[in-house]
Amino acid sequence: MLGRNAAGIYWMFRYLERCENNARLLRAGLRISMTQYDHASQDWESVLMATSIKTLFDKIYNECNSSSVINFILREKENPSSVISSIDKARQNARMIRTVLTKEVFESINEIYFNLKRLLKRPVTEQSLPKTIDIIQRQSALVRGCLHGTMLRNDVYDFARLGTFVERADNTARILDMKYHILLPAVSYVGSSVDISQWENILRSVSAYQSYKWLNENELNPQGICNYLILDDRLPRSLNFCSKNISLNLKSLSQSYNTSFCSVKMSSGQSLYLKQLGIEEIFKNGLHEFLSTFLVKLNSISNQIEKDFRFYK
Amino acid sequence: MSFYNEMFGDDGNARLCYFKYLEWLNAPEQKNLIKRKEEAENVFRRTGITFNVYSEKEETEKLIPFDLIPRILTGDEWKIIQRGVEQRVKAINSFLWDIYHHQEIIKAGIIPRSLIEQNEAFLPEMIGFTPPSGIYTHIAGIDLVRTSEKEFFVLEDNVRTPSGVSYMIENRETMYNMFPELFSKIKVRSVTEYPAKLLKALKASSPQLLNDSTVAVLTPGMYNSAYFEHSFLADQMGVELVESQDLQIIDGRVAMRTTQGFKIIDVLYRRVDDMFLDPLSFNENSALGVPGIMDVYKSGSITIANAPGTGIADDKAIYSYIPEIIRFYTGQKALLKNVETWLCGNKEHLQYVLENMSSLVVKEVHGSGGYGMLIGPAASKQELSAFKRKLVRNPANYIAQPTLSLSTVPVLKKSGLAPRHVDLRPFALVSRDNVFVTAGGLTRVALKKGSLVVNSSQGGGTKDTWILETN
Repeated sequence: MLGRNAAGIYWMFRYLERCENNARLLRAGLRISMTQYDHASQDWESVLMATSIKTLFDKIYNECNSSSVINFILREKENPSSVISSIDKARQNARMIRTVLTKEVFESINEIYFNLKRLLKRPVTEQSLPKTIDIIQRQSALVRGCLHGTMLRNDVYDFARLGTFVERADNTARILDMKYHILLPAVSYVGSSVDISQWENILRSVSAYQSYKWLNENELNPQGICNYLILDDRLPRSLNFCSKNISLNLKSLSQSYNTSFCSVKMSSGQSLYLKQLGIEEIFKNGLHEFLSTFLVKLNSISNQIEKDFRFYK
Repeated sequence: MSFYNEMFGDDGNARLCYFKYLEWLNAPEQKNLIKRKEEAENVFRRTGITFNVYSEKEETEKLIPFDLIPRILTGDEWKIIQRGVEQRVKAINSFLWDIYHHQEIIKAGIIPRSLIEQNEAFLPEMIGFTPPSGIYTHIAGIDLVRTSEKEFFVLEDNVRTPSGVSYMIENRETMYNMFPELFSKIKVRSVTEYPAKLLKALKASSPQLLNDSTVAVLTPGMYNSAYFEHSFLADQMGVELVESQDLQIIDGRVAMRTTQGFKIIDVLYRRVDDMFLDPLSFNENSALGVPGIMDVYKSGSITIANAPGTGIADDKAIYSYIPEIIRFYTGQKALLKNVETWLCGNKEHLQYVLENMSSLVVKEVHGSGGYGMLIGPAASKQELSAFKRKLVRNPANYIAQPTLSLSTVPVLKKSGLAPRHVDLRPFALVSRDNVFVTAGGLTRVALKKGSLVVNSSQGGGTKDTWILETN
């Protein structure tokens, strides 16, 4: 397999995941704006902060309200992480590497590109947002379904999964960190009278609200939620789950190439660390510190993957 | 001028080879066939069979219009084409070997030396070198037009990097999907084996005779207008699609960067023009090629298909000599006719062209895609005199041909069937001991009424081309 193709499929699935995460974030934002009348604009701003490109937003828009945030995240071409930019890049990568994709996977990503381009041609109103988000999530589920149902379980598949889990871990960690800044300026605030709906929002933005309730009988508390999103290895968007899968996919590559790689060592170390960690320890040393270190480590694993598998010249 | 209509005779009755098809077409179920056009377009768009068009604003992806009515040829008609193409492609390969070795054809006084050596498609780097397996043009596409029941003319030879074969295959694939019932009713020869045959021909030309060879397709990248075809062929053959940035010369071999280190390439099917192939030998600014690949090539360690320098054989000025080239190397008369051609560099020819321009087609020697040509009968007085001025300034840059009465095949319109002019590009694969011509080809159709220009850049479309099992 060409190194450039490995890079292509890795990034194709990173961008696809990013696209879906954006949609999920907006859904959570919309939910909050409907239930919290008091500080709606503040809530939209918090959505923006999760994407960590607030500065760019301020450059382009004067006002932070539902319509500017929705359009910035969905349609803004100047925003390199907007849904439209992400899907454009995902599809460009798919075109570059279409010789390693099944017809089903290529056609599904091509279809989502055309559909979203048409869908996002005109500004999206709050009214049409739920429908738009639905389409984005369904379409990206279609690509994932085609991947699972038709692709060989070989190195190509491993790189696709790596891209997905690296991006997803990054996203979950950022969302938690962002909320931490807003909600928990100091550790002593844990358990105090924070607005519980904000925590609900976090769960919704990683599609974990429903399952959290199954497991915890509607008992929403910050520590429980952090434990769930960071350490529960059953939740497909938790840091532990993503780290475990990054490590597994790298091990699988190492096996099929019959070579030991630096990135394998790094990722299995990270996965083991999370497995043994308890939430009390994280809170004791500071959630923000933990998340910052996690993101740095994740980034260095991603860089090492690029080197190990000769993505670039 | 009257034109040969391939579907209906002059009496208005359908020709035999279209009987079964028309029976299907005239059934009540097909009353709204025109509505299914959109269905076909969606297939093409979803599959990504598009070409890029760059305007000042932004890049747009366009579809080549696909007409739902197939063009049908009988087994006997196909035999004429197949034999003619085989003969032509063999002769062209002999010509290329000769022109880069002993140049017997020049010594025999058949082709003027200046026409070869002053031609920019002639590569002095290739003199005295024999490509692995001795083949120059592995893949050829011969453009044909039909003027009557049994008469086919060659309009142009494409022996550098002919394109269009993916349309031949995908057009058929689309027809299979949309009208499965037609193919159980009418026995049409398959075109789907082309990629497997291509891979076999490429492997057979490898410099490595013992081991299994590694083949790769070289593309200029995804912004090239034929990118779909490049990735399609690599995919169908199950080989890597490489770009300049993937390749490197290692220990005198061309290698590609894989996730497991560098892997040697034995046969490179390149879809990059000669001039961009090696910045050390040709255009030094090329970012599309591989620096040093010509040295590897000349050491015999890689096969480049088609060989560099094949362009000398499909040059528009050489074209007029092909019948003599065929006679010189095979001892036979050309089976497919050439269109009479006046080389404007020749004084007498130029005189004739200037006097008869309103009935001629005048083309640039190195032009392609239907750009920069004049169709005399369709041109206004001003256009004619403007073109005359251009022609006189640089006569050697032009050739002229009579306006042919291109055959027509109906296309589907809202109002029903309407005849439009067509050409045909069959594809040939050359191996050491045989030439294989896929039973089919790319039919291009001028969608504008009366137009003789079939190029997609000038609003032409395509049709599926059926060669019947029956004669």
